[in-house]
Amino acid sequence: MEHTAAYLGLIPLLPLTGALVIGLLYMFTCTTNPLPEKLYGALACVGPLLSFFLALVVFFHLKGLPPEERFLVHNAYTWFAVGDLHINMGFLADPLSALMLLFVTLIGSLIHIYSVGYMAEDKNYGKFFCYMNLFLGAMLILVLGSGPVVMFVGWEGVGLCSYLLISYFSEDTNNVLAGNKAFIVNRIGDLGFVLGMSVLFWAIGASGFDYLSLRANAHNLTPAIGITVCLLLFVGATGKSAQIPLYVWLPDAMAGPTPVSALIHAATMVTAGVYMVARFSFIYAHFPIAGSVVAWVGILTALLAAIFGMFQKDIKKILAYSTVSQLGYMFAAVGVTAYSAGIFHVFTHAFFKALLFLGAGSVIYALHHQQDIWKMGGLKDKLPRTYWTMLIGALALSGVPPFSGFFSKDEILFSALATGHTGIWFIGVLVAGMTAYYTFRMIFLVFHGAPRDKEAFDHAHEPPAVMTIPLVILAVGAAFAGVLNLPAIFGGSLNVSQWLEPSLVEHHGHASIWLEIMAMLASIGVVACGVYIAYKKFGQGAEEPVFTGFAKIGYYKFYVDEIYNAVFVQPYKGFGSIISRFLEPKVTDSGVKLSSWLYQKAGTAFKALQVGYVRIYALYMIIGLSLMSLFLSQTIN
Amino acid sequence: MIQHYLILSIILFCLGILGVISRRNVFTVFMSIELMLNAANLAFITFSRLHLSMDGQVLALLVMAVAAAEAALALAVVILLHKHKGNLDTNVFSLLKG
Repeated sequence: MEHTAAYLGLIPLLPLTGALVIGLLYMFTCTTNPLPEKLYGALACVGPLLSFFLALVVFFHLKGLPPEERFLVHNAYTWFAVGDLHINMGFLADPLSALMLLFVTLIGSLIHIYSVGYMAEDKNYGKFFCYMNLFLGAMLILVLGSGPVVMFVGWEGVGLCSYLLISYFSEDTNNVLAGNKAFIVNRIGDLGFVLGMSVLFWAIGASGFDYLSLRANAHNLTPAIGITVCLLLFVGATGKSAQIPLYVWLPDAMAGPTPVSALIHAATMVTAGVYMVARFSFIYAHFPIAGSVVAWVGILTALLAAIFGMFQKDIKKILAYSTVSQLGYMFAAVGVTAYSAGIFHVFTHAFFKALLFLGAGSVIYALHHQQDIWKMGGLKDKLPRTYWTMLIGALALSGVPPFSGFFSKDEILFSALATGHTGIWFIGVLVAGMTAYYTFRMIFLVFHGAPRDKEAFDHAHEPPAVMTIPLVILAVGAAFAGVLNLPAIFGGSLNVSQWLEPSLVEHHGHASIWLEIMAMLASIGVVACGVYIAYKKFGQGAEEPVFTGFAKIGYYKFYVDEIYNAVFVQPYKGFGSIISRFLEPKVTDSGVKLSSWLYQKAGTAFKALQVGYVRIYALYMIIGLSLMSLFLSQTIN
Repeated sequence: MIQHYLILSIILFCLGILGVISRRNVFTVFMSIELMLNAANLAFITFSRLHLSMDGQVLALLVMAVAAAEAALALAVVILLHKHKGNLDTNVFSLLKG
């Protein structure tokens, strides 16, 4: 027991140590004698793999305990103490964090291995892996933290790494701007998180500020404070998990290297908001109003992002919008108190979205950094492994049975229906069809039809095994992860939901089995329609259309970026320039400038005394001495 | 009687100061400084006589030794100054002018 708990501290520490070692090695050798890439690659993969191994140990240890005792706490040290309050650097493993831990370390390890191939011949190879390990360490702190404060450390850590990795190719100004945008938008969300945490602390934090104590005291929250806490924390989640109104950073974040998009901006970091809401399920579950806000924001984000996704032409942008859209589903789930459904979708989404991104990475790698789907086509035979794995990912993302996405998405839609959120269910089904459409639009345009760019097509080749093996492993996960949570009508018993039960406070909706079957058939039908329309339009090859009307507005993302720019950024810049042009030079600086002016004038006055002739200085000396003597003679008498 | 010596000392010292302040030739300034030193010596010896103590005599000898050393140094400086600017007018050496 004690032994296993002590591993919890090691799990984030291993990648963090990796980051430190790689970072120092890189810092001291990058200019003089660069170390071989193999060394960095090996060092980078060791930490995540060991963490995965330890996560397995922790998971099976928890599995061996009776359900109500399934939590391990390890307090590494007291971080700070104010009066009676002790904030520990504590780690908590319960069913929820153990599940997150497993797939974060597994997918993290796979993506590290993939990156060894993908980033080959990059000149900052060491720096990249330093950031990646640092990210994984921060993510594990976020997941394992035993209280909101420790979670916040990880929360900020992943934000920092996200920023560093988005602007990784820093020669291009646009990448740096994308990094800045992500960082600033996240800052807005983080303010909400900090405020929510402060209100929570002020209300019920006095007798301990970790999840277990908070959960025990949650009934003391008054509705007003509880709803405030929920909404403020949700602001934090909208920032980190790219929901309306703060989703704008995620599509731009695709400026980073593709493995980064897969790991940070699809599989792990962006799901932190969902994890956080599930983590605070003991508060959210008591306040259905706050939950409804979360659910509606989520489902509207899903709809909006799906609309944008249908018109994009950059393969990574399509996937980015599908990520935003799927995150919307997850929030819809946690909003209708179906926390386990939301977390299960996080779990399956991590597999198929990481798979799709890495597959897209393979395509980009094969075509020498071509990302425009209208310049691809017919790659099916050139990249067979990438094609088949990506196809599995696409089927899972679209929610085609029996792939994993079907079960997790259907669980969400059914929960919405069962808890009486018919509107959310309806939009959800609609979005499922749109998802199928844009996913298969991408698949058909990239892999089917005739090659559109003959020269790039001829040079395309399957990437090395170090990149395709992670694809295959992820494809297995994407195909079969759904089996873990089979609902009753398929003879399963919702294993994942049962596993998560001790960590969450859920209100299960009740609905008849016929309703469930009907809902399922509806979503399968809509998905089939989506795939069929995509096939009709793009299956036999299509030429790049000129967008008009609604499609054009969709392609330009409803001009949201432009509107934000006009409404928030420009006024803020104007405010800044008022301060820098008027307030600072004319008002606050005037006192400082006056005193410097006085010194200058005094200097000019005294300058007259400095004539430069030795004899005059002698005269001054004599005058001084005389006055001193006079003074002395006066005082002595 | 003894105060005459002191008055002479003061007169010599003031003449020295006047020379330092008013004369522009480095040599004259230097000689004026020597004059001030000797005025001080005279005062020392006067006080020695007045208090019937040998301390003042010793100090006077000391000052003479210092003056001799200083003279050697100062003459070298004067030569260098002459080499540097070609004349010995103190107004030429006004680098400290503000």
